[in-house]
Amino acid sequence: MQHEAESPHIVGYATFIKVWIALVLLTGLLVGLSITHRPNLALLGLLVITPTKASLVFFYFMHLKYESAALKYMVAVAIAVLIIFIGLTFSDYLFR
Amino acid sequence: MSAPAEPLAAEPAGEHVGEHRDYAGAKLGMWLFVFTELILFGGLFVAYGMYRSMHAHDFHKASGELNLVLGVINTVVLLTSSLTMVLSIVAIRLQRKVQSMFFLACTMLLGAVFLVNKFFEWRAKFHHGIFPGSDHLMARPPGERLFFGLYFGMTGLHGLHVTIGVVVMSVMLAFLARDKIRHNDFIKLENTGLYWHLVDVIWIFLLPLFYLAA
Repeated sequence: MQHEAESPHIVGYATFIKVWIALVLLTGLLVGLSITHRPNLALLGLLVITPTKASLVFFYFMHLKYESAALKYMVAVAIAVLIIFIGLTFSDYLFR
Repeated sequence: MSAPAEPLAAEPAGEHVGEHRDYAGAKLGMWLFVFTELILFGGLFVAYGMYRSMHAHDFHKASGELNLVLGVINTVVLLTSSLTMVLSIVAIRLQRKVQSMFFLACTMLLGAVFLVNKFFEWRAKFHHGIFPGSDHLMARPPGERLFFGLYFGMTGLHGLHVTIGVVVMSVMLAFLARDKIRHNDFIKLENTGLYWHLVDVIWIFLLPLFYLAA
């Protein structure tokens, strides 16, 4: 029973169904905010709701919540590299 | 890798001691691939961001021409397919083979529904003369040309990922049927899941960037 030892968590169906409901509701909220035609609210949707949805998929569907600390750090580093990459490019463009 | 050793009589059915398996390593390898995909699409998101800040008005106008309803329907389809994918993995771990195959087949079906929607969406654009390099599009402002170029490029690359995902899942379905994926050996299915959820995450970002930019 090697698998059980390495990855003890069998998360039940209910958790994933709840996460799915949250994802659908957040999508509704995102669309709702964007059709108000208020740029600030739409930007909030893009910068807050979208990363929240992505995090839900990463932590629950991709099982990251139940992974080892090493794997969590690796994912954090990869995303940090992506953010630095995007940040540097934009700072170059904005202060050119 | 050598041929799997014959199971010893004392072992539980389906356990192959001689078989080399590295569950953590296999998963880590898949995550490394996921990182390369993040950088691939990340680069495209940067391109989108730069051109949008240069041509904000054109992007805003061109985005209004996309079918928001179809975009939202496809988001829900893909989110639901991610749910059935993860349920398929839970089912096989609970030794419910038929249920696992059912959920995986649902995921494939939803992936196909996504592609069919995409087909109708693109076809409508083509009928309006909007496709890369078309005379109609080339006559429009540069920002709108860039928007549609990025739209076709990024949703096209994403659609290719969905297509590959459905093909991989059909192989996994055959593995499940032949007991090559079992309750104690499900890494192939789990890695397929990681890929599929990544495809979902990319779409989560594509929705606000293209369909909600108006």
